[in-house]
Amino acid sequence: MTDLERSSSAGDGRSSNGAELDLHPEPQYPVNDPGHPEHLPRLTDVDEKAADRATRQVATMFGIVPVLAIGFAVVYFAMPRTMYIDFGFLHVNLQHVLLGVTAGMSLLLIGVGAVQWARQLMDDHEMVDYRHSAASDRDDREYVITELQKGTEESKITRRKVLGRSLVGALAAMGIPLVVSFADLGPWPTKKRRAATIETTIWAEGVRLVNDVTYLPIKASDIEIGQLVNGQPENLKDLEGTAFLQAKAKSSIIVVRMDPNTISIPASRQDWQVGGILCYSKICTHVGCPISLWEQQTHHLLCPCHQSTFDLGNSGLVVFGPAARALPQLPITVDGEGYLVARSGFTVPVGPSYFERDSRHDFQEGDS
Amino acid sequence: MARPAATVSNAPIVQAETPKKELGPVFKRAAPPAEYLDERLGIAKLSRPFIRKVFPDHWSFLLGEVALYSFIVLLLTGVFLTIWYKPSMAEVEYEGSYQLLRGLTMSQSYESALHLSFDIRGGLLVRQIHHWAAALFLAAMLAHSLRVFFTGAFRKPRELNWLLGVALIATGLIEGFAGYSLPDDLLSGTGLRFVDGLIRSIPLIGTWAEFFVFGGEFPGDIIVARLYMVHILLLPAIILGLIAAHLALVVYLKHTQFPGPGRNETNVVGYPIFPVYMAKAGGFFFIVFGVLVLMGGLMQINPVWEFGPYNPAQVTAGSQPDWYMGFVEGAIRIMPNWESHIGGTTWSWNVAIPGLGTMGLFFGLMALYPFIEAWVTKDKTEHHILDRPRNAPTRTAFGIAAMTCYAMLWIGGGNDLVATQFHVSLNAVTYFLRVAVFVAPVLAFMLTKRICIGLQRSDEERLLHGAESGIIERDPSGSYAERHRPISQGEAYTLTQHRQNAALMPAESDEDLSDGQLRRENLRRRAGRFYFIDDLRKPTRAELEAAAHHGDGDGHDAIGDGHDGHNGNGHNGNGNGHHSIEAGATTSGAIPSQTQ
Amino acid sequence: MLLLLLALFVMGALSTLLAPSQQSSADTGTSQQVTEGKALFTVQCASCHGLNGEGQTTAVIQGPPLAGVGAASVDFQVGTGRMPMAQGGVEQAPVHPVRFTPEEIAALAAYVATLGPGPAIPNPEEYDTAGVSQEDIARGGELFRTNCSACHNFEGAGGALPGGKYAPSLLDTQNVHIYEAMVTGPQQMPVFNDDVLRPEDKKAIIAYLNDLHSRPNQGGLNLGGLGPVSEGLWGWIIGLGSLMFFAIWIAAKGVKAK
Repeated sequence: MTDLERSSSAGDGRSSNGAELDLHPEPQYPVNDPGHPEHLPRLTDVDEKAADRATRQVATMFGIVPVLAIGFAVVYFAMPRTMYIDFGFLHVNLQHVLLGVTAGMSLLLIGVGAVQWARQLMDDHEMVDYRHSAASDRDDREYVITELQKGTEESKITRRKVLGRSLVGALAAMGIPLVVSFADLGPWPTKKRRAATIETTIWAEGVRLVNDVTYLPIKASDIEIGQLVNGQPENLKDLEGTAFLQAKAKSSIIVVRMDPNTISIPASRQDWQVGGILCYSKICTHVGCPISLWEQQTHHLLCPCHQSTFDLGNSGLVVFGPAARALPQLPITVDGEGYLVARSGFTVPVGPSYFERDSRHDFQEGDS
Repeated sequence: MARPAATVSNAPIVQAETPKKELGPVFKRAAPPAEYLDERLGIAKLSRPFIRKVFPDHWSFLLGEVALYSFIVLLLTGVFLTIWYKPSMAEVEYEGSYQLLRGLTMSQSYESALHLSFDIRGGLLVRQIHHWAAALFLAAMLAHSLRVFFTGAFRKPRELNWLLGVALIATGLIEGFAGYSLPDDLLSGTGLRFVDGLIRSIPLIGTWAEFFVFGGEFPGDIIVARLYMVHILLLPAIILGLIAAHLALVVYLKHTQFPGPGRNETNVVGYPIFPVYMAKAGGFFFIVFGVLVLMGGLMQINPVWEFGPYNPAQVTAGSQPDWYMGFVEGAIRIMPNWESHIGGTTWSWNVAIPGLGTMGLFFGLMALYPFIEAWVTKDKTEHHILDRPRNAPTRTAFGIAAMTCYAMLWIGGGNDLVATQFHVSLNAVTYFLRVAVFVAPVLAFMLTKRICIGLQRSDEERLLHGAESGIIERDPSGSYAERHRPISQGEAYTLTQHRQNAALMPAESDEDLSDGQLRRENLRRRAGRFYFIDDLRKPTRAELEAAAHHGDGDGHDAIGDGHDGHNGNGHNGNGNGHHSIEAGATTSGAIPSQTQ
Repeated sequence: MLLLLLALFVMGALSTLLAPSQQSSADTGTSQQVTEGKALFTVQCASCHGLNGEGQTTAVIQGPPLAGVGAASVDFQVGTGRMPMAQGGVEQAPVHPVRFTPEEIAALAAYVATLGPGPAIPNPEEYDTAGVSQEDIARGGELFRTNCSACHNFEGAGGALPGGKYAPSLLDTQNVHIYEAMVTGPQQMPVFNDDVLRPEDKKAIIAYLNDLHSRPNQGGLNLGGLGPVSEGLWGWIIGLGSLMFFAIWIAAKGVKAK
């Protein structure tokens, strides 16, 4: 405090004419602290009328709140839920908006009123607190260290070290039950289970391709060039619940028809298509978003999640974006009635990569 | 820069030593219960240190409060939501009042989110307040951390509180993401599918982690229930604990303050908690709450009914996470498609590196920074006066560079919307960002540092020559000059209060240090040179004195005359216009931490 | 690139001829309309598409051949102002104010329909959504999210395609044009013909969109309907922005008496 007063008085007068700076003897602080500037009163400090006005302002803000609160209750109980405002771009549910406006304005008025009270009417003399070092006093430290040492000796652990070691061992061993209890978080993805889950789909030889949502089978002759069909296997509708979602998350397909002369079909996949009708997995090989954003002229398929782009006119190879592997193609043919059916399941696991995935059989640039 | 415009130096003494007064009616009535409590809890003893604790006033100190209050709003609205929300993935057929989805099968959690939105009065309002509060909670935490960073408030003794803050942001991100997934609408399901792909991509253990997290194959039937537990119990408890520790440290260490007259490293100047800050901070809580309620009432957020129930065969254009995950999303989007196929295994770098690496790098660097800077400066003193960002140009430049990098990733996270809204090619945006994410931060770094040094120059100009008055005078010889007014003692004090660090030349040899120590020491010195070589040296006492007399003599500096009055004392050190602090090639082991 | 596009157009047109299409467009328009249409075509369209709609491609002009595109294509492209294109060499034809009267468009469509069989302009009852049941509208939503939202967004607000192309917003698109777009597959959009996406499915989708767009926003202003990106932006601007304004007010020193 004395320091504050001293520097404060030192700053007065001299700095106001500005002719000479009051300089600090410490090289680190070349200029002396002039101390706190003089406290200037506010309008509300010197003018009783201004203070009354500020009081009225604050009280009015607080006074509106009960009105709004009752308004909230009225809107809640009396307003039909299907009333709407339709005013220019404002086309909204009235009850929702009015509940929000009444409650929000009430809270805002309480807050603004309280702050205005503090700013205009509460004493605004700044105060000074002194800091203390975050560290403990030397005495405290020494006391604690000595007592800790004393206590350690009293516990006999220094002489009988086996006590401590065995306790540490015992506590560490409790990690085993702790970790083991979580082993049933989920089924273990052993090779066998992987083969039955993430590495397979419900596609199989002879399963019909059907439209998603309507489950109507797809006739090859109905598909025009430039056509896209979001499809599913027909046997999907036999499933429900979790099994349905798990199956759908892998078996979704897109069927497209392109002119066979404008696309490149490798020799090994000539019999995977029917007159330019090709079927691909809908599940992105990047992180598994379903993709159906197909450009019929460029034959490019874009994933709206991370913009990986696949060329369906070239065995689903990646042409852009973060996906690394070609989109798996489903071999298809037509059955006796002319409907599209699968020739087999997918030849590689669909969807995003995982560590144990054997990615040597995926289609790559230059494969035939 | 905040300068207390008003204070009287003896105010605290008068307040503290007021003689015992007669108690008012309220206090009289409150006395018996207060005594009851005090005899059992010692409330007077407990509250004594806090009741008049001083808190400095600056708008940027309120950013952390915004985060705190949003979190309280999140707790309040969250409890309300749990009353109706059902964390179940069981299939139900929707028969509620939103016609466009009636008859569809959906999970119970989505159905309950629709029920809450359409059939519970005020339910949608509370849901939207909750969502806006989550967005604001993270935004305010990030803004608060930027304030702390740029003012150097993370320096000793507050490094550990900085770490708590970093942990809060990281936990908040995951908490927000867990909440985003709960309604089980198309967007949140798409988000979960992404998480599934991300977990899978972890080398070696990915598939195991996936099966353990999802309870089997995606989507399974349990992930929503698990995320619910994480969202309403595990992470809120952790966040509450972190907030408690964060605030306890703020109270224990007292708040930092900006430089200014009457302020120094051993005091804190401001208003008392009671009554001023109780009204201001309490009022601000209501303001934050009020703004959030108004946003919830007027601005639609996350209209889950428009997205539809999650369906693994559906997706929508503009599938994005909430903004705080945007930088990870951006990294995922602009990453080149690297993947290794080794034997029968797949190493999915294209997902694992941006997905896990970006967050790791971001929070890792953030957590490490105070310790890196402390190592470079070898500074062991406590700091309670904040740096003005210009006085730590390299730190400021690092901060701006990090923000630039973050912004590039952010743009990447919305590259499809950037493409459609600004009519540019999606692919071009991605290619541009692949380069910009590395180049733009470097440019931002250089530019920021230049600007900071420029601001230091203008500070020096004011210190030595005073403020420009705008009055041009013509002297008898016919030359023109602008009159400069000397600045006040208070401003001069403010401009010279910061700490300066030495930029030392690496040593050739040192008998006191082993080879390894010398290498480390030289590395540190090189880092120190990188940090501080461009800093303008604060004028010394002698220079200030000389400048003041110079000013006395003719009342102004001639234009074009510049610094010539000071060249004699070596102020324009190294001739290239830098006034750098250079201790030269020292070969001794003694390293001054301060040059002056 | 242009060559490829052209080739695709040609092939598309040819294959429509070859494909066993059940669509017939022999019925469009009277002979008088055809004559008027041809006259209009010669003046307005032939500079790019050739005198007989055979198409042409040069450095600046890419006019795809029109045999087999059908009356529906003409009605869509000209009726939404995409044709005639103001300039060539852009990624995709943007929407412009419509340049022709409905009669002129009908005449043009009638003429182009004579160049080869293609999808006809749908009858109003095919896209008139009055009387579609709520159940069908909900099903239309499922179909929309399965087939359309990947490009056009959950609200039909549009989205990005590779290389500067985009799926346009459907917020102000007329029913008939949505229907025609599905059957003709304009520009990059795939075809969804009536054999695969049945007329009642198309009607359900259109009904869903109409219903969705005529509904008031349940929770306030919809902030562009673009999802979390715009929400986050508004959260920063309105949320943190206004609170910073309040914070500055709270910490500011007020007016002094002297």
